[in-house]
Amino acid sequence: MSDHATAVSETSASEAIIRRAAPYRLPAGVVAAVVVGLVLTYTLGGRDPGLVTQSVVTGLLLGGVYALVSIGLTLIFGVLGVVNFGHGAMLSMSMFIVYWMTTSLGLPVYLATVVAVPLMMGFGMLVQRGLLNKLTLEGNHEGPLLVTLGLSLLIINVLLMIFGGRPLSVPSSVEGSLRVFGAIASYERMIAFGGALLVALLLTLALKKTSLGMSIRAVSANSQGAQLVGVNVGRIYALTFGIGSACVAVAGGLLAPFLSLTPTVGEEFTILAFVIVVLGGLGSVVGAMVGGVVIGLVQTVGALYLPGTGSLILVFAVFVLVLLFRPQGIFGANR
Amino acid sequence: MTPTAERLKSDIRAADDPRLRDNSTRNAFVVLGALAVVLAVLPLVANDRFETIAVQTLIFAIIAVGWNLMSGYGGLFSFGHAAFFGIGAYTDAYLVVEHGISPWIAMVVGAAIAALAGVGIASLCLRYELAGPYFALATFAFAQLFLLLVQNLDFLRRTEGFNLPILPEESFWMLQFERGSDIYVWIPAGLLLVGLAITILYVRSRAGQFVQAARDDEVAAASLGINVMRVRLGAVALSCGITSVAGTFYTQYHFFVGPHQAFGAAVSIEAIIPAVIGGIGTIWGPLVGALIVGPLAELIESVLRDPPGSLSFLQGVAGLDVAVYAALLIVIVLFMRKGIYGTLKDRWRK
Amino acid sequence: MSLLQAEGLTKKFSGLTAVDDVSLTVADKEFFGVVGPNGAGKTTLFSLIAGEVTPTHGRIIFDGTDITGWSADKVASVGLVRTFQLMRPFESMTVLDNVAIASHQRFRSRSEARRHALAVIERVQLERYVNAPSASLPTAGLKRLELARALALEPKLLLLDEVLAGLVPTERAPMIELLRELHADGLTVMFIEHIMAAVLALSERLLVMHEGVELALGDPHKVTQDRAVVEAYLGEDYA
Repeated sequence: MSDHATAVSETSASEAIIRRAAPYRLPAGVVAAVVVGLVLTYTLGGRDPGLVTQSVVTGLLLGGVYALVSIGLTLIFGVLGVVNFGHGAMLSMSMFIVYWMTTSLGLPVYLATVVAVPLMMGFGMLVQRGLLNKLTLEGNHEGPLLVTLGLSLLIINVLLMIFGGRPLSVPSSVEGSLRVFGAIASYERMIAFGGALLVALLLTLALKKTSLGMSIRAVSANSQGAQLVGVNVGRIYALTFGIGSACVAVAGGLLAPFLSLTPTVGEEFTILAFVIVVLGGLGSVVGAMVGGVVIGLVQTVGALYLPGTGSLILVFAVFVLVLLFRPQGIFGANR
Repeated sequence: MTPTAERLKSDIRAADDPRLRDNSTRNAFVVLGALAVVLAVLPLVANDRFETIAVQTLIFAIIAVGWNLMSGYGGLFSFGHAAFFGIGAYTDAYLVVEHGISPWIAMVVGAAIAALAGVGIASLCLRYELAGPYFALATFAFAQLFLLLVQNLDFLRRTEGFNLPILPEESFWMLQFERGSDIYVWIPAGLLLVGLAITILYVRSRAGQFVQAARDDEVAAASLGINVMRVRLGAVALSCGITSVAGTFYTQYHFFVGPHQAFGAAVSIEAIIPAVIGGIGTIWGPLVGALIVGPLAELIESVLRDPPGSLSFLQGVAGLDVAVYAALLIVIVLFMRKGIYGTLKDRWRK
Repeated sequence: MSLLQAEGLTKKFSGLTAVDDVSLTVADKEFFGVVGPNGAGKTTLFSLIAGEVTPTHGRIIFDGTDITGWSADKVASVGLVRTFQLMRPFESMTVLDNVAIASHQRFRSRSEARRHALAVIERVQLERYVNAPSASLPTAGLKRLELARALALEPKLLLLDEVLAGLVPTERAPMIELLRELHADGLTVMFIEHIMAAVLALSERLLVMHEGVELALGDPHKVTQDRAVVEAYLGEDYA
């Protein structure tokens, strides 16, 4: 027993050392690689610079929203160890809640988003309490995967039953666009980017400064230890899932104005969010932000060369490489 | 020979010691025989609509039987079995359409490619010690990657997919028969029986026992001299090969395959759901699950087409079938961890 | 001739040296004991010898072959087999099939492997539980199952990690007796044990470890009188 315990503390000690030594080098490397990639695209890429700028601006703005979707996922993944396959479906759900409030109640879309946040948070806590807590507390790995997979199918198909499969659109409340270095950035997309940034900032602060944030980080680092010092782990799990779902609600509301809504609209984001979370490192909010922007850029700039779904191949190539060679991600420390 | 071995040798029991009796393989083959008779007779007595449901159910069952070998017995949870189904479906389409090769040969070639691809993916994942949810995510990503590749490769006709040429007359060699022919049920039935027979033999074989030991406790298995990586890759190869065969038959039956029918995430889900509902890591679980999930979709569809009065609000509504089996999946995972067949089997024993 | 020879074995986990320059030999048919206070590096020493952990420095020679850096399964397949202190049964299997997993290394056919396994099960007096699910065994049964699986590999050298831990005193005596019998049959054993009575009763030579290093090595009765040993380790227990 004792010898095992020593071995464990030894490895975690070594991880702590790695964590202290590495946190800036790799992220800096990734940012540098992105910058170099962009410079090369401009100079040697053989594409019209205006076009490239447009792709970069679109990619950055898109990346912000990807990041927001991923933050919810990364929190849930990092704290609960649950791969939430229902994440995209919950994104669809938030968009349809916003859609319903704008069309039936006549609320402006961003106000509807504010209303949707507590609704989704409650839903997320309910899901964790009712469906997942027992499995996650047992440390069961496959159970939560399957339950969230079932949840995803359930949400999508219930949405299909209620709203049908035809694409719907949310009436926009902010028209117009801004020109940045000759590229067009619509206000809606800029609001989405700004909103994402704001939520990420607030969340990072909350995790660092508030006592709830401390408890969440404690549970994430060592749930047994946290329990010993009096943290109610089940409650923290539920709250974390709730916060993750609230992020999804914000993302849904911000995305709804410029997407056509179908029940499966969120699915594409689930896959991308997985990529981003793995790239950024599980449980790392900053990692999700950087990962989101990187993936947004890879997708839009890649589309200059590989049209259609081709640029997604690049995204997946990145994913597979990261999974295989650095599964803890850019900002991740342990796994 | 070590002294312990010498001492043990004198202690070895006669083979007919009652404590050594294990009839499970024989019993399983008896059940398999009975199943074969039922499957052989059913198309003769049932109507055409039955055929569609039966074929769909049998394809589900073959995929789930394949998935179960790797994920149920091997403990490697695949969320990307569409990759291997798709390889089977596309190998067939490509070889039949472009080269006029017999689907039977394509079936073998497809299974071999799928097994190789599976071994390649799994060995990469295992080498980097991706376990549990990471393994699931990685397999999911590879399936998506395959989907995207097919959509962007000219020689696989991008998003258009392949239409099989329709022959002037029936041909067993080219696996084409008249619509509604009973043979269309017998072929997947036969493939399923082969898949089940492989499972029965495998789980009681040395390799099968080793892989289950590695699933239960990897470290202990290695300490007993088991090369964990090798036995796992064996299970993966079998699993992917069997799943690919279902893909080949799918293309032949529908005369068409496109990227989403072959490599879509829905296919991966169709591999998991019957196995989980029926009971993973059991011989009959995937079949039991497929028998529930396969007809359920049809049943619900027919109810919705002409609903009884109280359900009339559901008329023409899409999505109910999947919603129902998604709910079933959640309930099973939460309350019947071993699936319907697995739970019943445990009860029966007690 | 020595069956096992370890030279300068060292294992560093960044910052901490769990095993520090330990050399030892185990002779054929010897019963070799390893003791030491908690955290002395005993289990890490076993993991090094069994190939689960690669040494930072040092060599391991087993039966004339250099096995340094071999994987655990390869080490086991040449007859160097370990058991685990925390029992690790294959929970989905019966006791018989658990042991048959090991017997399968020698016998390809399932029926032969199971026949062999049954003989091993009888050897460790676990026959009441032959067809019981391994998950249902009590601790004493699980300890014997660990032993049976290792024996079924017909090891040349058996590494036992605290095979008596967790047993109540009435269960210890029969286990000690069984180990003595196995040794009398000619089995070479290296074992980690905390229970001093058992250590003194069984071991022919004793290694005392403390904080990763060898504190004393030799005749058990002499070693346990050694001043450094008494101070570092036995002092606590004998006080």
